[in-house]
Amino acid sequence: MPDAGADIIRLDGAEKRFGAVRALAGVDFHVGAGECVGLVGHNGAGKSTLMHMVAGTLVPDSGRIAVRGSIEDSYSVPRAQQLGIRCVFQELSLCPNLSVAENTRINHTALRGLGWRRKAADLITAKLDEIFPGHSISASDNASDLSIGRRQMVEVARAFTVTQDPLELVILDEPTSSLDAHTAGQLLAFVRRFVAGGKSCILISHVLGEVLGNADRIVVMRDGKIVASDAAKAFDRDRLVTTMGGAEAREKIAAEIATQKPETGPLRVRARPARQQDGNELVAHAGEIIGLAGLAGHGQTDLLLAIFAAAARAKTGIEVTTPVALVAGDRQADGIFPQWSIAQNIGIRSLARLRNGLLISPQREAELASFWQRKIGIRTPDMNNNIFSLSGGNQQKTLFARALGSDAKIVLMDDPMRGVDIGTKLEVYDLVREEAGRGRTFLWYTTETEELDNCHKIYVFKNGRIVANLGRDELTEEKIIQSSFGDAA
Amino acid sequence: MTAAPVETGPKSSSERGALARARLLRGLLPAMSLVLVLLAIAWLNPRAISYFGFSLMLNLAIPIALATIAQMFVIAGNELDLSIGTFVGFVGCVTATWLKDAPLVGVLILLGSIGVYALLGALIHLRNLPSIVVTLGMSFVWQGLAILILPKPGGKAPDWLLSLMAVKPPFVPFPIIAALLIAAVVHFGLMRTSYGVILRGSGGNAAALSRAGWSLLKTKIVLFALAGLFGVLSGMALIGITTSADANIGNGYTLLAIAGVILGGGEFVGGRVSPIGAVIGALTLALAASPLLTFMHIPPDWQVAANGAILIIVLAARVLISRRER
Repeated sequence: MPDAGADIIRLDGAEKRFGAVRALAGVDFHVGAGECVGLVGHNGAGKSTLMHMVAGTLVPDSGRIAVRGSIEDSYSVPRAQQLGIRCVFQELSLCPNLSVAENTRINHTALRGLGWRRKAADLITAKLDEIFPGHSISASDNASDLSIGRRQMVEVARAFTVTQDPLELVILDEPTSSLDAHTAGQLLAFVRRFVAGGKSCILISHVLGEVLGNADRIVVMRDGKIVASDAAKAFDRDRLVTTMGGAEAREKIAAEIATQKPETGPLRVRARPARQQDGNELVAHAGEIIGLAGLAGHGQTDLLLAIFAAAARAKTGIEVTTPVALVAGDRQADGIFPQWSIAQNIGIRSLARLRNGLLISPQREAELASFWQRKIGIRTPDMNNNIFSLSGGNQQKTLFARALGSDAKIVLMDDPMRGVDIGTKLEVYDLVREEAGRGRTFLWYTTETEELDNCHKIYVFKNGRIVANLGRDELTEEKIIQSSFGDAA
Repeated sequence: MTAAPVETGPKSSSERGALARARLLRGLLPAMSLVLVLLAIAWLNPRAISYFGFSLMLNLAIPIALATIAQMFVIAGNELDLSIGTFVGFVGCVTATWLKDAPLVGVLILLGSIGVYALLGALIHLRNLPSIVVTLGMSFVWQGLAILILPKPGGKAPDWLLSLMAVKPPFVPFPIIAALLIAAVVHFGLMRTSYGVILRGSGGNAAALSRAGWSLLKTKIVLFALAGLFGVLSGMALIGITTSADANIGNGYTLLAIAGVILGGGEFVGGRVSPIGAVIGALTLALAASPLLTFMHIPPDWQVAANGAILIIVLAARVLISRRER
């Protein structure tokens, strides 16, 4: 196996600094032909930096890159493409103003000349059919019209399309973050077929089960270094979590939630989805954590937004008794004020309290910010830094601080943990349970079944309707999948 | 699981069909506003709807349409060109002097000015400068050069240009044929060719483009050079119609061009532009600007304000329709 010629790519002693931060501290990494390498680690461990080097978008400060045994001196994106190395980045990278076929063209210089549109459309449609049968995406759809899950499907399929350049290695960075369990399963099955065909794949995922179940070899990163690299069989969930330096396992959460079952407090929300035809409705009381489950994009977000709107202006079918705050799922589009500091991003939901006369008191804003920095652990030297100085997980924590620091008694969460590392997740879960204990109500839409462990009650959605209402003790993954696909509960 | 039904969640094919319809409706909006202006003119003055009437009313629409296309290329790359108006004036002055008296020098100057536009694109990209600032500065440069060339109104258009702009084709007035031609050529180039996709993509998601190995420097240079090219065509067409030049002749074009792009369904950011819409927008503005208002007996003092009101109404209608898309 460690024969250099069989390696698709090999990095020796790769180092990278961003200013004072050492993102990669001398990493040796290789991927063999016909191998699926799982790459895990917390946010900021250096996974993305390493993958940017493999893909050619970043150049290491020192170290060597060799592809198929020959050293690459001026490695770049076009060179990587020639050699058959592709990357699906974590942030969605489709052009929203272009159609699916046109977005495919961007990755293929060979799609040109007469009839290129037809060729591009055929190429992407065939690949989508192969990976995600029954996907219902048309090549002429505009990317901005697709749901976030479908955009991710297009992006993944696009990486596997082939024209003139060969295809040897595909890097999938959190490829299932916006997919529901069904499409994620389709993708992972395809990855296995792809690898079985002698090609290679790097799979980065925060869902450890996906990595354990699909990778041949698992590489664990921590603090810019590789701390473990071993056959996937040698790992189990607990060993992975301890190697990553993660926090305690989920059993603790389940136990805590089970004991914490709140006595029924005052009613906070009573809502019926717009498309609901039977008498099912969502009911939430003070101190409850309510999970909204089901396949991605089946009306969960719509209901959250309707509840949010109803808090400001009365709406038929929805009853909201206290102020509401929303933690957005699409952080970049709906959550963050990009030009503002971390402190300003936290304070925006609480301006009334921060006011001093007509002006915002900088002192009170700083107090609020530093309180939440300590409480939620936002890792930054200065809360007056721009919000983009934070890693993705810490940005999401900022949005949680905004909601939890406000006067809202109801917090709506629109799949907020997408692409966040497990350490941050566990910290936020603790916080959510703690705040629920103090009487806050959480409505939590999530695509990750594991997160539903934190909930007292779960509503399963299908086609914009509530199809099942599960108590804490009835919750199993099969039950949710069954309800998501079945006609009625 | 194997018999799982095809997902039919929100944003499924039927709903995306609705989105596509809404976009089509929005795409038709510029055309509808043009039809509305034409109907109003026909109602106010039926004699204007004739071969001669259109030739007269749409005469100045050709340079406006070309300047709008120039602006559209810049907007496609998420930039804005505040110098296109004075640039058109500068080109006009060159056309009425050098291009007539010393054609070779004239051609070199015009090609050089396109090169300057390309360099501006490179400068804006490399130094990460706001295009508004750079082009605002350049607008004074072009204006100054125009005054140097032609301190007082005068000069004369080359004869070949005069005869080209005075062509009287059978049945369809020349301005309409020219507008169709401009729209078709630019639509094909920007919306249908494979490199046009890259140009629009640079406005949609520049990071994604550079990750796919495309040079953003090159796309910006190409977009600005195209803006320069169409600015040159606009200035020449203008002089072909007015026969002589004036250093201030194009000053109003900057805002007309921006308004034309937006009226035609373009957006300031995101690479969403439409060449056909831009040409229609320019025609609508050209008609609404003076013939319509004159027929309505609106005194010239009020025409500029009335023009602005028309713009606001059309743009408001567009926002209402886009909101239904959500």
